[in-house]
Amino acid sequence: MIAETGHFALALALMVALVQSALPILGAARRDVVWMRSAEVTSLAQAGLIAIAFGALMHAFVTSDFSIINVFENSHSAKPMIYKVSATWGSHEGSLLLWVLILSLFGAGVSWAGGNLPDGLKARTLSVQAWITVGFLSFMLFTSNPFERMSFIPANGNDLNPLLQDIGLALHPPLLYVGYVGFSIVFSFAVAALIEGHVDPAWARWVRPWTLAAWVSLTGGIALGSWWAYYELGWGGWWFWDPVENVSFMPWLLGTALLHSAIVTEKRDTFKSWTILLAILTFSLSLFGTFIVRSGLLTSVHAFAVDPERGIYILGLLGASIGGALTLFAWRAPQLEPGGIFAPVSRETGLMLNNLLLATATATVLLGTVYPLILEALTGEKISVGPPYFAMTFTPLMVPLILAMGIGPHLSWKRADLRGVLQRVKWSIAISVLVVAIILWRDFGGPVMAAIGIGIAIWLLLATLADFAARIRFWDDVRGSFARVRRLPRATFGMVLAHTGLAVAILGFTGSSLWKTETVVFVQPGDQIEIAGFDVTFDGVTEVPGPNYIARQGALTVDLNGRNVEVLRPERRYYPVADTLTTESAIRHTLHGDLYASLVEPQGEVDEGTWTLRILYEPLINCIWIGSVMLVFGGIVSLTDRRLRIGAPKRKVQLSVPAE
Amino acid sequence: MIRALMIICALASAAFAVEPDEILVDPVLEQRARDISANVRCVVCQNEPIDSSNSAIARDLRILIRERLVAGDTDNEVYTFLVDRYGSYILFRPPLNAATLPLWIGPFLILFFAIFGACFAFRNTERSPKKLSSEEEANLQRLRDEDNA
Amino acid sequence: MKRIWAFLPLLMIVVLGGFLGWGLNPNRDPSEIPSALVGKPLPEMVLPALAGIDNAGFVPADIAMHDLALVNVFASWCVPCRAEHGPLSELAAREGLALYGLNYRDQQADAVDWLNELGNPYLGIGHDEAGRAGIEWGISGVPETFILVRGTIVHRHVGPLVGEAATRPFLDALQKARMR
Repeated sequence: MIAETGHFALALALMVALVQSALPILGAARRDVVWMRSAEVTSLAQAGLIAIAFGALMHAFVTSDFSIINVFENSHSAKPMIYKVSATWGSHEGSLLLWVLILSLFGAGVSWAGGNLPDGLKARTLSVQAWITVGFLSFMLFTSNPFERMSFIPANGNDLNPLLQDIGLALHPPLLYVGYVGFSIVFSFAVAALIEGHVDPAWARWVRPWTLAAWVSLTGGIALGSWWAYYELGWGGWWFWDPVENVSFMPWLLGTALLHSAIVTEKRDTFKSWTILLAILTFSLSLFGTFIVRSGLLTSVHAFAVDPERGIYILGLLGASIGGALTLFAWRAPQLEPGGIFAPVSRETGLMLNNLLLATATATVLLGTVYPLILEALTGEKISVGPPYFAMTFTPLMVPLILAMGIGPHLSWKRADLRGVLQRVKWSIAISVLVVAIILWRDFGGPVMAAIGIGIAIWLLLATLADFAARIRFWDDVRGSFARVRRLPRATFGMVLAHTGLAVAILGFTGSSLWKTETVVFVQPGDQIEIAGFDVTFDGVTEVPGPNYIARQGALTVDLNGRNVEVLRPERRYYPVADTLTTESAIRHTLHGDLYASLVEPQGEVDEGTWTLRILYEPLINCIWIGSVMLVFGGIVSLTDRRLRIGAPKRKVQLSVPAE
Repeated sequence: MIRALMIICALASAAFAVEPDEILVDPVLEQRARDISANVRCVVCQNEPIDSSNSAIARDLRILIRERLVAGDTDNEVYTFLVDRYGSYILFRPPLNAATLPLWIGPFLILFFAIFGACFAFRNTERSPKKLSSEEEANLQRLRDEDNA
Repeated sequence: MKRIWAFLPLLMIVVLGGFLGWGLNPNRDPSEIPSALVGKPLPEMVLPALAGIDNAGFVPADIAMHDLALVNVFASWCVPCRAEHGPLSELAAREGLALYGLNYRDQQADAVDWLNELGNPYLGIGHDEAGRAGIEWGISGVPETFILVRGTIVHRHVGPLVGEAATRPFLDALQKARMR
């Protein structure tokens, strides 16, 4: 009964969304305030109804109602409660429901928090948002009903893939989706602005917090997914350039470009059509990601159960929304009046370079991801594009970006004094060059990229801090600088935190991929292995029961300089319901690096009691996670900036606010 | 069977790859073998290098690669051997040829056009503004200082 | 000028959408890998015969003597092979084809038991214990079946030859091979 209520709520939500997709926008055209304001009610009602449906589905999972196909296929009564809850979004249907829920919540958010948006813009934005909701709700109701009943009631379920029964992965989809789908509202704002034919700094200011919120969440989601792959998949990698990873990375890259381009539109009233285009394309890439993951078009290690029919429906949705938006863009963008002028050396140019490189990087990832498909369509030949391709094309694009990123914040708007800026960062340059030289000398014959990677990370870190110091005039007047710290806008702290966070993450990317060491050996109890200065003794394996699995747990005594520092307990888990084995690696985390151990049955023929032990040392890997957290917090701190607080500005007032 | 193999591969990602009995004594050869197998796609799995797949065929290929290296093959000879049997699909780094030219030069072409396009779009702004008077210069300096504060 | 540039994103999306639409066509299997060996002579690797059962062994030169021959990769541990065995035997007998077997990564005794149980339609069987011949033939799994015309591989079928959908393209290829 509850499930039917959920289904009914979805159908009602579709009706409400249909009304919202027409009434407010017509109202805006006729200047009818009542029609326009109807969006405020309908967007809240829509979100409420979809939340009811989502709650109903979650209820079915929590109570293990196996009469529902979705629950039967993805859950089991013996599963821990948290994974029953997370199984709600573990399947195609459930995750789609989450998708639509977030979509409607963003709509409701704009209607609730956007109190001082002009009626017309708000009405149009919410109507556009409702178009997307209509598309996805109908997709769900017609092809992927999450509440479909079984013809009989089975005694128990099939269980969720054990690899997915993990806290990292339980939280990964919601974060990722808030990011993905959050860009929808930015898309809606962009389309609404195109319909109005008018973009001004106030528009950019309204859009920025939403962009930032989505970006923060997407950053967190990608980092969490990466972290999960790192500790769960058992061999210490955190990024594989798999199509499914790429499609989440592309909106992030372009969203980052959008974040910076919107600043220029807000502060300097320029880059308008470009910002609009980025807003459209960022969400288009999110939709593209949804399409790739659910259509099975490209082979990937991760994917939902695929169905070409669904693929066709989503492609239709993509065509209508992206095609429609870009047609509107082609028609209206040339009419947007150009904005302020700037000199070749200025913050505008710096941010333009940022955008060019990020857009090119996005295009590169897209090209690498879809090229096999294009070639197959044209010639029938099948090729693979994997990590080596991206290492050779993407990385060279990132190096100039990071170099420019150190300079950019030092530049002033309109026209900057390059010599003065270089003066400010001369020590940063000197120290990073020195670091590169030291690494090349000490690690002679090692990977040159490692020296470059560490060098640019140090450069970015120091140059960003130098900018911060200059902003508070630390070197001129130390005592007064503390007072100035408090007067700095929060957005500045956010920027400093995010940029240094990226620098820290680059240390991690470089160290863990280029200085990784690895040992793979057969072990019998009592055997000892040496790696990266550690002495590791294998003490044997014991059987440990878990809630819905049986684990064979190894014990590894880790000694450093003759002193015991840790006992690592990697596990091999067997899930009887899914008849699946998983590897739970054991990791000793330190800032210097991770000691990563996993244990598995040997493939070849060996003596009884022998295990294959793989131990990795991953230098600096935790910098990736620390850097990611800094990026996320940087975004959140910016979000709390008074000037960015959602809905704070009014058009009139805004124009008198001086540029920063 | 394809289906059965795929299920095995799904597990494979959770398990390991190179086994101790495969590893060569010569660390230089072993490193070459690792580098090659990281670039070779497992033919039964979805999207994994043979280096991290534990399907039987991936293991056979890993051992085969090592045998050929020990026998004195160059890296290119090993790649050619594999491509002759499995096509260039098996390489994660596509070879540079007419069919993959757009893939390899694409990123740099895009960057070139992006920079060109941006310069074109903002060509008006490149003209340096007329010289400021000393009074304007002083005002500007004051504003800049405020900016940076 | 500006007007034309504004159409560029739309144009790119339309082209990309076209490729995506093509990729969705139901006859396309994204995980299928075309064989690199089609059009090439069969691999020269000679395999030892399966001991304990009467057969001629697996000598490429012998296979090349036939105008039309099939090479079937099978293993006793492979469940779909069992399903395929009956229909394949029937097909070879009905069409009078020279059917050779490549016994992939199998224990001799298991393979012999399997053949004794299900029947042995093969003219010759090679025992590929280490899976090396499998690599030479560029296989990605078991079962696979190759059609050869005078020693040249003309078609490869991946998966069991069971059911209409799987058999149809194979029979078509066989028909074409006869014409050559």
